[in-house]
Amino acid sequence: MTTTQSFVPSVHSTTAMVQAVDVHKSYGRLEVLKGIDLEVAPKEVFCLVGPSGSGKSTFLRCINHLEKIDAGSLSVDGELVGYRRVGDRLHVLRDREVARKREEIGMVFQRFNLFPHMTALQNIMEGPIQVRGESKAVARERAMALLDRVGLKDKYGAYPGQLSGGQQQRVAIARALAMQPKLMLFDEPTSALDPELVGEVLDVMRGLAEDGMTMIVVTHEMAFAREVGDALVFMDGGVVVESGHPREVLTNPQHARTKAFLGKVR
Amino acid sequence: MLATNTQVTESPKAPRPHDGSGPLKVVPVRRYGTWALGVVVLVLLALLVRAFAGADIEYALVAKYFTASPILWGVWHTLELTLLAMCLGLALGVTAAVMRQSGNPVLRAVANGYTWLFRGTPLLVQLLIWFNLAIVFKTVEIPGLWSASMNSVMTPFVAALLGLGVNEGAYIAEIVRGGILSVDNGQREAAAAIGMSQGKLMKRIVLPQALRVIVPPLGNEFIALLKYSSLAFTISYSELLHSANKIYTANFKVIELLFTASLWYIVLTTVFTLLQQIVERRLGRGHNTQTKGFGRRLATNLMPPSWR
Repeated sequence: MTTTQSFVPSVHSTTAMVQAVDVHKSYGRLEVLKGIDLEVAPKEVFCLVGPSGSGKSTFLRCINHLEKIDAGSLSVDGELVGYRRVGDRLHVLRDREVARKREEIGMVFQRFNLFPHMTALQNIMEGPIQVRGESKAVARERAMALLDRVGLKDKYGAYPGQLSGGQQQRVAIARALAMQPKLMLFDEPTSALDPELVGEVLDVMRGLAEDGMTMIVVTHEMAFAREVGDALVFMDGGVVVESGHPREVLTNPQHARTKAFLGKVR
Repeated sequence: MLATNTQVTESPKAPRPHDGSGPLKVVPVRRYGTWALGVVVLVLLALLVRAFAGADIEYALVAKYFTASPILWGVWHTLELTLLAMCLGLALGVTAAVMRQSGNPVLRAVANGYTWLFRGTPLLVQLLIWFNLAIVFKTVEIPGLWSASMNSVMTPFVAALLGLGVNEGAYIAEIVRGGILSVDNGQREAAAAIGMSQGKLMKRIVLPQALRVIVPPLGNEFIALLKYSSLAFTISYSELLHSANKIYTANFKVIELLFTASLWYIVLTTVFTLLQQIVERRLGRGHNTQTKGFGRRLATNLMPPSWR
């Protein structure tokens, strides 16, 4: 890699990047989040772990308003997600306003969700051109630099169907980074990958963490959490069971449920 | 192979070890039934051809009228009507389909009502209603701007265009809706996550992908519409069947002219089927290495192995 350019924008506030206070969320009668409180500091790599159905993915999706929360408050970089506060009332934002907020939050999905009718390069340029109104030349230059960064410079003309899972996920990360987000959300980014492809994706994420990107990562990769993570939360049944530094929680879990889960994962 | 053939002398049942002198020969399943069926079909076909050849039909007339000027005008009018009705149907259908995806319940209800009404009544009845609208509305007007008598507005062409186009729109709405629903929800989420608005997301991400699913049935709709346009005959629009009818009421060569018309319809549908295949191939971009679509899989399976 030739460029040393950083893709991480500077963060203005010194307050929490993400702050959740008593977040509740239900699907019909099923309550999946039963009051989540947590704080993610700027430049932190924040890992969310827990069994499936624990609500960790749902919580992640609430952060960029792909899911609406029912009660509590959730803010990113000091601004409420999906609502505007006027006095004591919360006004639901219009689609367009929500879309504008989402630009600042990158998201990487378990199943990549690349646009199959576009090449890798077009996938990355789509946001900057269509959403930001950037010129093709500018968007293309940054997209190529991002492809270089994720090690796929020569694959710019490939369609997603011609790429391996690991390559697709790296393109997906580049696509999210093209919007120059101040926060990146990873929803089990390696869970749909063949074991031998997991490493290349984690390497890209590791590099991103070294650059100082704030990242929230839902993952089952305990080794990654231990090595790269700054904070870790163990969720189960819609609540935060235990939190702390990854090394502490993973090596010396305090709670019985955490112990049971970690015993199975290893 | 030669060696193995000559050595079968000892025991015919027990498999003899292969001597390694060449590859073992694969004997395909022999399909005697297929051959027998083929012969039966050929015989039936021959009988049918003989019956028609001996019938009282002047085939020379079929060929002669094929390029007669009233017939060519009929073909042109049929094409014109079909293309314009398809455009109207597409505009209405895509609008209705997108409206049905809307978060606005009023828009959804309007779109639902439209498809319900126009799919629920026969096309022929709708054509007759459009054409006879002048009986109940003497004039059409945009208050203060424009006014005209319904009789002068609702010509056979306009009635046929509205009848076919509005009806077609209701069917296309369902096809487009199916296409939209076929696009994985993750695509919408990914587009939303990079900050796309709902409208842009539909236009840039969902509809282009839906197109791959929409185009094959849309091709069928177009071909069906081409043939349904012959219903405009009943409201005296001068399309292909109408032209043929005019000639055979004068010279009584009924079957000859109906054959001429049929020949034209089959030429037109064949041409559009080929065009449809070209469009579909172009829309397959980015999917070449992924699983083939159902249609292509079916085609591959039907092809003899040597063609694949």
